Amino acid sequence: MIYNASPFAVGIFVVFVLGVLWLSSYFAKKASTSEGYYAAGGDIHWGVNGIAFAGDYLSAASFLGICGMIAFSGYDGFLYSIGYLAGWVVALFIVAEPLKRYGKYTFTDALNFKYNSRGIHLTAAISTLIVSLCYLIPQMVGAGSLVTPLLGMPHYVGVILVGTIVIFIVATAGMASTTYVQFLKGGLLIVFSTILSICIFVHGIKQKPSEDYHDFQTINATVINEEVTAIENAEYQIAGANTNAKGHFVKLNKAGINTWWHLIEEDGNAYLEEALTVVKGKNGTELYNGEPKEAEKFYQVGHVSKLVVDGEEVTETGSVSPFKFLTTIEESTIVRFTKVIFMDNGDKVSLWYQTPTPGQDIMRPGLRFKVDKGSTFMSKLDFVSLMIALFFGTSALPHILIRYYTVSSAKAARKSTIVAITSIGFFYILTLFMGLGAMTTGVLDVQSSNMAGPLLAKFFGVAIFSIICAIAFATVLGTVAGLIVAASGAVAHDLISNYMGINLTDKGQVKAGKIAAVVVGVLAIFLGIAFKGVNVSFLVGLAFAVAASANLPAIIMMLFWKRTNAKGISASIVVGIISALTIILLSPKTFEVYGLPAASAPIPLNNPGIISIPLSFITLVVVSLMTKKNEYDWESKV
Amino acid sequence: MGHGPATSWGEDKAIAYKTKFGLWLFIVYVLVYVGFIWINVASPKTMATIVFAGQNLAVVYGFGLIALAFVMGIIYDYLCSQKEDELNVEESDK
Repeated sequence: MIYNASPFAVGIFVVFVLGVLWLSSYFAKKASTSEGYYAAGGDIHWGVNGIAFAGDYLSAASFLGICGMIAFSGYDGFLYSIGYLAGWVVALFIVAEPLKRYGKYTFTDALNFKYNSRGIHLTAAISTLIVSLCYLIPQMVGAGSLVTPLLGMPHYVGVILVGTIVIFIVATAGMASTTYVQFLKGGLLIVFSTILSICIFVHGIKQKPSEDYHDFQTINATVINEEVTAIENAEYQIAGANTNAKGHFVKLNKAGINTWWHLIEEDGNAYLEEALTVVKGKNGTELYNGEPKEAEKFYQVGHVSKLVVDGEEVTETGSVSPFKFLTTIEESTIVRFTKVIFMDNGDKVSLWYQTPTPGQDIMRPGLRFKVDKGSTFMSKLDFVSLMIALFFGTSALPHILIRYYTVSSAKAARKSTIVAITSIGFFYILTLFMGLGAMTTGVLDVQSSNMAGPLLAKFFGVAIFSIICAIAFATVLGTVAGLIVAASGAVAHDLISNYMGINLTDKGQVKAGKIAAVVVGVLAIFLGIAFKGVNVSFLVGLAFAVAASANLPAIIMMLFWKRTNAKGISASIVVGIISALTIILLSPKTFEVYGLPAASAPIPLNNPGIISIPLSFITLVVVSLMTKKNEYDWESKV
Repeated sequence: MGHGPATSWGEDKAIAYKTKFGLWLFIVYVLVYVGFIWINVASPKTMATIVFAGQNLAVVYGFGLIALAFVMGIIYDYLCSQKEDELNVEESDK
């Protein structure tokens, strides 16, 4: 898809970025001590910290990934919203106060409070680094996706831009500037998502989303022996065909331009329906609906084929209430686009064909996660595994956990978590409206589900589009900054200072942290470019699974089982990381990323949580029981 | 090598109460969450049942889980704050 940059959008974007950089310079003086750098001095107000939590948490995955997934798969995308929010319950009721009570700069401090073990310092620091990197990948991918429509630049430019700005933010001001960037961005994201949702309700739903929405053509066809032998349009000639598991597709030629069509047979009639295609030729050419990209023949899509309000078919609804919006979707039929890839004389054809889907199916689980039609035991297990990982992953994410050290007390930690739940919960409810709004307003780019939210904003005008994109970009900046602070803390504080026992001065610790931040930032840039095109919410789901498997069993058992010892914690972290990563690397979805058939993956599970989390718990219990009790006198430290 | 907390504060006598209360609320939420997953897996068609104001069970249960986290959080904070004031003030009055 071709994106043209608007000068207004570029202007707003530049103002945002300059504002963020100014904020970082302003707070740089606060970051000269290690407490200032890693914990923003520990005196952030709980209300500010709560919204900053929302800023940290509502990352690219939430705004770009979830909205996109809902726009393409309906309610299944909303399951991520539910799981992400539910995870905060673990943070509030179990983790928030003890973590604040026992820790100083990193969650390793809290985990090791009762044990004073070098092993825990090492394993927890490695876990923080791995989880941070897993979480960084989708943020960088999201950054690249955003810059393309906003500035008209290639994906990799966005990734490098984010990486460079964030390295500057973190290397200058650490947690203080990260907190205020997150506070502003979290607040703005919620306000403008509310405005966007109101725009959706005021606009309502129209059968033809806009005047310039492409009219998809149909041509009557004659089918003999399951082959199209003739068509009722003299302008086109049949030039080829392909039959695969998804259906029968026909290549038609008109004035030298080849397009692909989907054969539909119903009630004894047969006709061809226009599809979208990207054909990569064996000689390196790339054609969009038969023409070069610049011809702009590759359309944005998403429309309602049968619009029903209160049982009556209409062409448009007019303004609707939020509940009416949902019931209208439920009663109507929406055209989604299903992807199929096949080879045609050595050319690789990626084709998206129209799939009219009843609203009832869109408004309940099943389109993405196979829990109903076509489900198997493994597909259901995969779904359960994802929901478990989302639930337990939140309170094990290093960049979320370090935010408990920026407030002054355990009570403030609790209150800021409640502010976070309120603001994040409200935003997640909006994701359902924004995703369904994008699904029905003809704005979807079938090549990138991540762009649904920003493109929906563009539908309502360049001003809201520019602001939403700038906020979403700041979202990525803030989250990446938080992750890099967490990773640099793990290197400088946990590894160098505590594990290796190198006595750095306070300033030395800050310097080591900044160097680590630059290294992690550069690594994140490379990974962001490598993973282009993968849905960011899916990638974040995997980061949650690794975090939940590596960190959460250790945190929970340290708090609630007195027999837990240092060796048990270290072993559970190692087993959690290895088992989660192994399952992910050998899963069907990752095999698709490798370019291999999903069916050839040795482990038929995409989400590792249901195996790796219990395995990590069991390891902790077994190793703790097999080794000596904890003898470190931690109670005297309280 | 050990580290104290980032900031210091007085002894909190409400810790045991807060931990126990938090654990109970956590268990209640887990049960409701497990119920959601269970229906999705065991009886996915039930999720399409219209239950309230024209909305199906999937929407109502999903919104409900988000709202429940908020409501339980408010109750938890209110009762914990009350207990902290009660126990920690009594100590300083002695």
